[in-house]
Amino acid sequence: MQIDLTVNGKRASLDAEPRLLLVHALRDVIGLTGTHVGCDTSSCGACTVLLDGVSVKSCTVFAVQASGHEVTTIEGIGTADELHPMQEAFWSAHGLQCGYCTTGMIVSAVDLLKRNPDPTDEQIRAGLEGNLCRCTGYENIVKSVRAGAKAMREHAPLHSVRDLMPIHPPAEAPPPSGEGIIIPALEKALT
Amino acid sequence: MAFTTMVGARIRRREDPRLITGRATYVDDVKQVGTVYAAFVRSPYGHAKLLKVDISAAKAHPAVLAAYTGDDLHHAQGLKTSLPVAHKMADLKTPPHYMLAIDEVRVVGEAVAVVIADTAYAAKDAAELVEVEYEQLPVVVDPLKAMEGPPYVHSSLGTNVAFRMPFAAGDTEAAFAAADEIIKQRIVNQRVAPVSIEPRSMVANWDAGMQQLTLYSSTQIPHLLRTQLAVVLGMSENHIRAIAPEVGGGFGGKLNVYAEEFVISWIATQLERPVKYIETRSESFQAMIHGRDQIDDLEIACKRDGTITGLKLRIVGNLGAYHQLLTPVIPTLTLLMAPGCYRIANIQAEVVGVFTNTMSTDAYRGAGRPEATFFIERAMDLVAQRLGLDPVEVRRKNFIPNTAFPHTTSTGLTYDSGDYETTMDKALNIVDYAGLRKRQAELRKEGRYLGIGLSTYVEVCGMGPSAAMPAAGWDSATIRVEPTGSITVLTGVSPHGQGQETTFAQIVADELGVPIDSINVIHGDTDKVQYGVGTFGSRGTAVGGAALKLAIETIQAKAIKIAAHAWEANPDDVEYRDGKIGVKGDPSRSMTTAEAGFMAFMGDNLPPGLEPGMDATRRFEPPNFVFPFGTHVCVVEVDAQTGQVEFVKYLAVDDCGRLLNPMIVEGQVHGGIAQGLSQAMFEEVVYNDDGQLLTGTLMDYAIPHAEQVPHYDLDHTVTPTTVNPLGIKGIGEAGTIGSTPAVANAVMDALAPFGVVHIDMPLKPEKLWLAMHAKTGNGRAR
Repeated sequence: MQIDLTVNGKRASLDAEPRLLLVHALRDVIGLTGTHVGCDTSSCGACTVLLDGVSVKSCTVFAVQASGHEVTTIEGIGTADELHPMQEAFWSAHGLQCGYCTTGMIVSAVDLLKRNPDPTDEQIRAGLEGNLCRCTGYENIVKSVRAGAKAMREHAPLHSVRDLMPIHPPAEAPPPSGEGIIIPALEKALT
Repeated sequence: MAFTTMVGARIRRREDPRLITGRATYVDDVKQVGTVYAAFVRSPYGHAKLLKVDISAAKAHPAVLAAYTGDDLHHAQGLKTSLPVAHKMADLKTPPHYMLAIDEVRVVGEAVAVVIADTAYAAKDAAELVEVEYEQLPVVVDPLKAMEGPPYVHSSLGTNVAFRMPFAAGDTEAAFAAADEIIKQRIVNQRVAPVSIEPRSMVANWDAGMQQLTLYSSTQIPHLLRTQLAVVLGMSENHIRAIAPEVGGGFGGKLNVYAEEFVISWIATQLERPVKYIETRSESFQAMIHGRDQIDDLEIACKRDGTITGLKLRIVGNLGAYHQLLTPVIPTLTLLMAPGCYRIANIQAEVVGVFTNTMSTDAYRGAGRPEATFFIERAMDLVAQRLGLDPVEVRRKNFIPNTAFPHTTSTGLTYDSGDYETTMDKALNIVDYAGLRKRQAELRKEGRYLGIGLSTYVEVCGMGPSAAMPAAGWDSATIRVEPTGSITVLTGVSPHGQGQETTFAQIVADELGVPIDSINVIHGDTDKVQYGVGTFGSRGTAVGGAALKLAIETIQAKAIKIAAHAWEANPDDVEYRDGKIGVKGDPSRSMTTAEAGFMAFMGDNLPPGLEPGMDATRRFEPPNFVFPFGTHVCVVEVDAQTGQVEFVKYLAVDDCGRLLNPMIVEGQVHGGIAQGLSQAMFEEVVYNDDGQLLTGTLMDYAIPHAEQVPHYDLDHTVTPTTVNPLGIKGIGEAGTIGSTPAVANAVMDALAPFGVVHIDMPLKPEKLWLAMHAKTGNGRAR
């Protein structure tokens, strides 16, 4: 059947079985693989996305139910060029290890802050009860959400990945400019 | 290391940008044109004869390309009949373990057929069409019952005992004869599940032109997987590529090679299409290895002053129905670590490995060592309770003193270094142990039950010397200085959350004096990376990082030769100083690694006889294991009316030697504590007497939510090791090993006024409530 939805601000149309789950529509049809599947029972929250701005577990929503609605996935939360403050906070506070639960965790945290922009640690822990992490013991996730909330309240400037971890050429090695990288290197060596 | 700016710094992880933005590539994110999907048909019975496996209706499904039974694979195709198990045990019974069952199934979830279809949904539909007739056979899930006699899991063996390993050191009988007190206790270390949030995932493809099999698998051991694919499928290893892309957690569950990996690889060669299989969570609970499941019977001989003089021990390991890769090895590691950080000269023990109709147990974070730490740390508290001593003093009395290292234990390990008392005292000071005991006494008067639990663990990791490992124990690293000065690192370990893309770059940045951003650490692809053993046993940095250090030394030595030649200096006068090459005593001369690397590339101004190019591959063979240790202190309050446990405080003071990136070390400890604490409090895999798995989903099997775990305070001491050139000890498993007994000891301490001596894990409220009320009838202490 015909399904029309908006994903991260872009229109998407698909012809799919009525039983197709939203998470599979996002991952396998639309190609946004940042949303993960960790269980069959809506327990783990790795598949969390925003549906009309509210967090849902996309493994428990049929794609057809999202027809006519707006979906935001992790790819729409922020990008490498403009990280969402919550993404930056997870990075800076080491709120992730294997990363598998992280995208759902970040989406849930963003949703939590909409309802409570200044949560206590206890409120953060309670607010993330729908998301399981097996790596971090939650300690640094709580710290990340606290830091992300602060940055959002203070309207901290957004950063890119490059701002925070520049990939610059090796010092005193040939710069990757102009005609490509090997030519200036040769020039330097020959002079 | 003379020059240190990156090592020791809390720098952001370099792997994170792709993970936080959803741009990482896990196995299920690998999209290949023409991919078809596998669904497995699994046994609903714990033990049954296979009377009929009829795949004809499934094959007739319009979306189905192929379907296979065990007979098809093993009889018709002649595939190897048994999956690999790595061990060096002479008398181990190793019954056949087929990729798909033949004639009989021995555990719920054992695969009996596989269906391949155009879509994952259709594959599942078609798998429902496979008709299987079973004749149920008697089931045994209790290892104590299984070791006594029939029913047998493998009738051909005529026993369920896979091995018995007796052990004796010292004169245990004499120690027991002379003891003031003998304490007997059975301690059950319940079965738990690894529960990586990413389940087992794999996609295989066969390139008929190149005659190459490529298997993407969510694995901790891509090279070992490749080797086993070659052996089991009878293929040439150099035509197989195994790739561990982003891996969503392992915890030992992916330190294995699974039937499904062979099945879908073989099918890919038959269909010449990419074949993908992503297990469901329920399949994961059934068919990914489980951990622990030991019944440990202890007898402790001690003197009145708390000195432990002897230990009698029987370790019964529930192996499950089949051996997975390391199944029989795990309980033997428990014996190795039985003495913990204590001088116990007299030990008499037996390890028994028993088959039951359950999923195989194997390496789960800690793998055999948490079981030892659990019983020996419980034993310290049992001795203290019996003798009316403080658990701290019993530990102090029995510690291996810091003057006694290296110390060879009665079970044959040599602890190269340790300082248990200093670490314990630091922890006691931080928590104000005396103050806590005072508070506990006050609260007890009010009918409130505070419990203070200690665990002074030592563990064995950095796996390990090849001679002591079931398979190779070394690891490898390659460094390439590229012509334009960037540095490529190829590591043989296969990190999946441990952050070695960052820590390894930190090491290289300091040692070779290059910006960290010019370093790219590559891992997990057997076509890119030289053979490596993988990530497990807290070995990634202790062994893989040590290999990297050796490769750095080789690069430095070559760079020095090149610089000396360019400067017409004696190489003996040239050295690396603060990351740059210079002449001793002459600060005017300086060359970077990149410059030397470029000269090595140009090749026109090199010392006679020196090969051009600047790269090095080195392997590190560990001369010993490493032995991180620490003290964990847990404080709980147990509500006598509900049995509910509230965490009041958790402190871990760990000693993993030098800290390369404290932020990453802390993350490892946090996660480890949570997993160990969760075993103590929440987790348990349960099979009923019929062999049905009762904990088959995340709604039945309790891994903790954020609300259920406390805040952890961390501190550390640094006792370096000389086992590896980095002076580091593994920290991946220490948290898990240290935390479980700290939590259990705290709960038991809280319940001591009720006369409670020991309650087996998980320490659920109803168990605690019953224990508190059983003794006194009213939930009030005597």
